[in-house]
Amino acid sequence: MPEEDISKYLRLDKLPHIWCPGCGNGIVLHAVLRAIGKLQLDQDKVAVVSGIGCSSRSAGYVDFNTLHTTHGRAIAFATGIKLARPDMTVIVLTGDGDCAAIGGNHLIHAARRNIDLTVVVFNNSIYGMTGGQSSPTTQPDDIAATAPYGNLENAFDLCELARASGASYAARSTTFHATQLPLLVEKGIQNKGFSFLDVITACPVYFGRMNKMPEAVDMLKYQRDNARNIKQWSTMTDEEKGGKFVIGELHNKPAPEYTDLYAALRARLKENK
Amino acid sequence: MPTAAKTGNEAMAEAMRQINPDVVAAYPITPATEIVMIFASFVADGLVDTEYIPVESEHSAMSACVGASAAGARVMTGTSSQGLALMYEILPIASALRLPIIMSDVNRALSGPINIHCDHSDTMAARDFGWIQIFSENAQEAYDNLIQAVRIAEHPKVKLPTMVTTDGFIISHCLEKIEILEDAQAKQFVGERKAEVSLLDVEHPVTLGALDLPDYYFEHKLQVAEAMRQASQHILEIAKEFEQQTGRKYDLIENYKLDDAEIAIVALGSTAGTTKAVVDELRSKGVKAGLLKIRVFRPFPAEALAKALANVAAVAVLDRADSYSAQGGPVYTEISSALYGKTKAPKLINYVYGLGGRDVTIDDIRGVFSDLQKIDKMPTFNYFGVRE
Repeated sequence: MPEEDISKYLRLDKLPHIWCPGCGNGIVLHAVLRAIGKLQLDQDKVAVVSGIGCSSRSAGYVDFNTLHTTHGRAIAFATGIKLARPDMTVIVLTGDGDCAAIGGNHLIHAARRNIDLTVVVFNNSIYGMTGGQSSPTTQPDDIAATAPYGNLENAFDLCELARASGASYAARSTTFHATQLPLLVEKGIQNKGFSFLDVITACPVYFGRMNKMPEAVDMLKYQRDNARNIKQWSTMTDEEKGGKFVIGELHNKPAPEYTDLYAALRARLKENK
Repeated sequence: MPTAAKTGNEAMAEAMRQINPDVVAAYPITPATEIVMIFASFVADGLVDTEYIPVESEHSAMSACVGASAAGARVMTGTSSQGLALMYEILPIASALRLPIIMSDVNRALSGPINIHCDHSDTMAARDFGWIQIFSENAQEAYDNLIQAVRIAEHPKVKLPTMVTTDGFIISHCLEKIEILEDAQAKQFVGERKAEVSLLDVEHPVTLGALDLPDYYFEHKLQVAEAMRQASQHILEIAKEFEQQTGRKYDLIENYKLDDAEIAIVALGSTAGTTKAVVDELRSKGVKAGLLKIRVFRPFPAEALAKALANVAAVAVLDRADSYSAQGGPVYTEISSALYGKTKAPKLINYVYGLGGRDVTIDDIRGVFSDLQKIDKMPTFNYFGVRE
């Protein structure tokens, strides 16, 4: 039951998209567009920036000011846009590999500055576009093309990473929670500061097939069965939390925003002249 | 000798399995991902003894390779395009420290605009980093070159990192029948790395990568240049040894029907194969056409090229990378320099072609040969296959 028509935000001539059957990326993108629609943002005052990977193809499908950049660097390019045009709403659409591996440095530093970007991570726990290699959000023991007998590395908790780095807003949802997701994105966009959204999405073709969830429905069930809302999470023991993950608004602590501080500094220096 | 159907990427992964390097560090990138992904399954299945590190970026991959190689390990990696570009900072460090790292690079256009298909812009931009660069025409050559690269890189008179390239998708993803060495034969051919110094040799501690100011930096760079010049003869020695094992002959360049050729094309990589087909066709019609394929681009085989082209009347140099306002593409500028001042030299023209994977057809190559037959009317710098 789509509440508003989001087709005006799409470059319909660029469709159909390249995503595989069962991919959750369309649900994530739809949520972002619904949030923009709800906020009635001026289409020409929105910039969407992406990096490299399946998720990053989004920038080509949406009718805003869009910039498709290099692997890992979307947040750095977006920082430049925001500094040049602080009046614009700058949204970064990225993936877990893009944002947390090759681009991890940009993520933590943009969060540290609390610059007004909304970063939406399409987190499918895998490098989908290159065929299913393990990423920084592949959980221990998950199977990946580069970890055929199970992943030995720990996974990032991306919201914790963003919060600890200085983000003023961090939330997590899933593609199963399709009604919650746009509300969280909406709040993220409204927050004046660095807003981070970790969206658990499904890659049945690579991640799912290797991890006994070959159908899109399997992966949605996984999300339904293992996500716990923040209220419930706070009452759970560590044992109960095992294998589960928390969703909802995890951190919302408004703080001075970088481009505001920058503008204030300029004004002050001009006054003193 | 065993034969198998392999894509270029599979052929390179197979070579890596037989080489059994001590350390592999890599990051996924289309169209090179498969090489290391297949290799990762060899690691997981215990078919190799390699420490495999799936790092978080190519910058980290090459950095890890440098560390491992400095510790005395035999080290390999694979990448392409933007991945290679992200390694650029580390590439000259590998050569300056004389670390014989071996890389498979699948040639792919550099962004932007974003593109995943073949051209040589990634490799050509890396040509001045002190790496040996070997191009392959097909999957067989990719396999053969990678096996030989180990010996070349680690040769005590060379000690330079080496990249073996294939053309993205055209070679990397096309299935061909190739001959493969027996495992034992390959193992014997590549031998063991004997590093002169190793960070793990705690009895003889060394410092690598120390600050090198105007007092010595220049001499160290001169040593890299000398080693690169020296490398040519050792590449030939190793090729001879490889030929004894396999019957497959390699040189710095390959001359195809060039001896009595009046018109010829110079090409690298898969385009050489397309050109051979056209040369055969023209020969059957009595046109004396030929091909010079450059296998080794660094060290640049200037003497061999000048000699091979001396008696050809008209030559077209094909560049699958542009150098934007330079005097031709990177291959052309090298060749025109190599021929400068020679009393016997062909008339030369240049084509930039095939950028971003633009298809190179038999017709395109026919067109180039037909241009060569009226070379006096041709401008020096040309493009083919592009809408203007």
